[in-house]
Amino acid sequence: MARSRIQIIACTIAAIISLAGLADATYLTVQYLTGETVVCSGSSDCFRVLGSPYARVAGIPIAAFGALAYFGAFSFATFAAFGYKLARKFFILTVCAMCAMTLWLLYVQAFLLHAFCRYCLFSAAIVFLLAGIAIATPPPTD
Amino acid sequence: MTRYLPFLIVVSVGLLTLGSGTMLYRAKRLPVLTIPKDEIAPGKDGIEEMHVLGSFEAPVTLEEFGDFQCPPCGGLAGPISQIEKDYSPRLRVIFRQFPLPAFHPHAREAAFASEAAGLQDRFWEMHDLLYREQSTWSATSNPQLLFNAYAGMLGLNIDRFEKDMESEQVKARVDADQLRGNALGVTATPTIFINGRAVPPPDLNVVGLHKAIDAAMKATLPVEGKP
Repeated sequence: MARSRIQIIACTIAAIISLAGLADATYLTVQYLTGETVVCSGSSDCFRVLGSPYARVAGIPIAAFGALAYFGAFSFATFAAFGYKLARKFFILTVCAMCAMTLWLLYVQAFLLHAFCRYCLFSAAIVFLLAGIAIATPPPTD
Repeated sequence: MTRYLPFLIVVSVGLLTLGSGTMLYRAKRLPVLTIPKDEIAPGKDGIEEMHVLGSFEAPVTLEEFGDFQCPPCGGLAGPISQIEKDYSPRLRVIFRQFPLPAFHPHAREAAFASEAAGLQDRFWEMHDLLYREQSTWSATSNPQLLFNAYAGMLGLNIDRFEKDMESEQVKARVDADQLRGNALGVTATPTIFINGRAVPPPDLNVVGLHKAIDAAMKATLPVEGKP
């Protein structure tokens, strides 16, 4: 499989963008664990979303799953940049799952909670950027 | 070397994330606040200084610092009222005003409305109504009209209510609660103390409150063999 320069650059950009998402999701996980999302102190615009029952699954904050997903996306993008064959497929699968979850969370914010969390919107933008990169990057040629 | 480089990068980022997450958690974790024993809410004698629900003689005191425009406070108002009934007469609930106008522009006015209702002996009714209708009055630019309507619903003398809302007495009362909160290190709402010990924010839910109250009840029971 031949890797073009464009593929290497695209994977590197995807890995760097994933890092921003990882930082965002890690911050939100910490906020949840410290209980900042259930009190009014500093982040008044996101506690309504992050303190809602939709923000956790079986007691685990969705942000923690997000952090894992971003770490996965970062890892696969890094390995793809170094020419690992299966990494690109796993990267696309991960980004597809993240897109589906992001669409659901946007629906929840817009139509069920009627409130938007800026950190969640930032995360959504990153996921869509990653999806754009995944679609725009041509597959490696044999 | 290039073969191992991606592994090295991925592991480094993983460790860096865990490390920075842990550091952030330690930095952001709120300290467990406590009220010095001699400053825990007094009994019957100090009653005029605060809003109390439940028995004066209750062994366990739940003291809440709340803001009427704070959604988590609104979410807890109903459960706290139920908890007070469940544990009656062994629990008393005290509400302290702690409006955060930097985040909630109408919080102070709402606090004044509740205190003005309190001057006509309808504090708790107004407290419940303000929390129940929180999303409505929070969204208006002039909540005073709605506060007047609520006063009417509760059968208050509206002229007196409006005058009281502007009075120094009401403002002084809200400020006194806020000063107490500041002195205790309160920075967020709701902050709830149970027998002088703050409930950690992650436990600010029905299960967490029950647990904390049960523990406080247990601690107040006389130890066997001791007088």
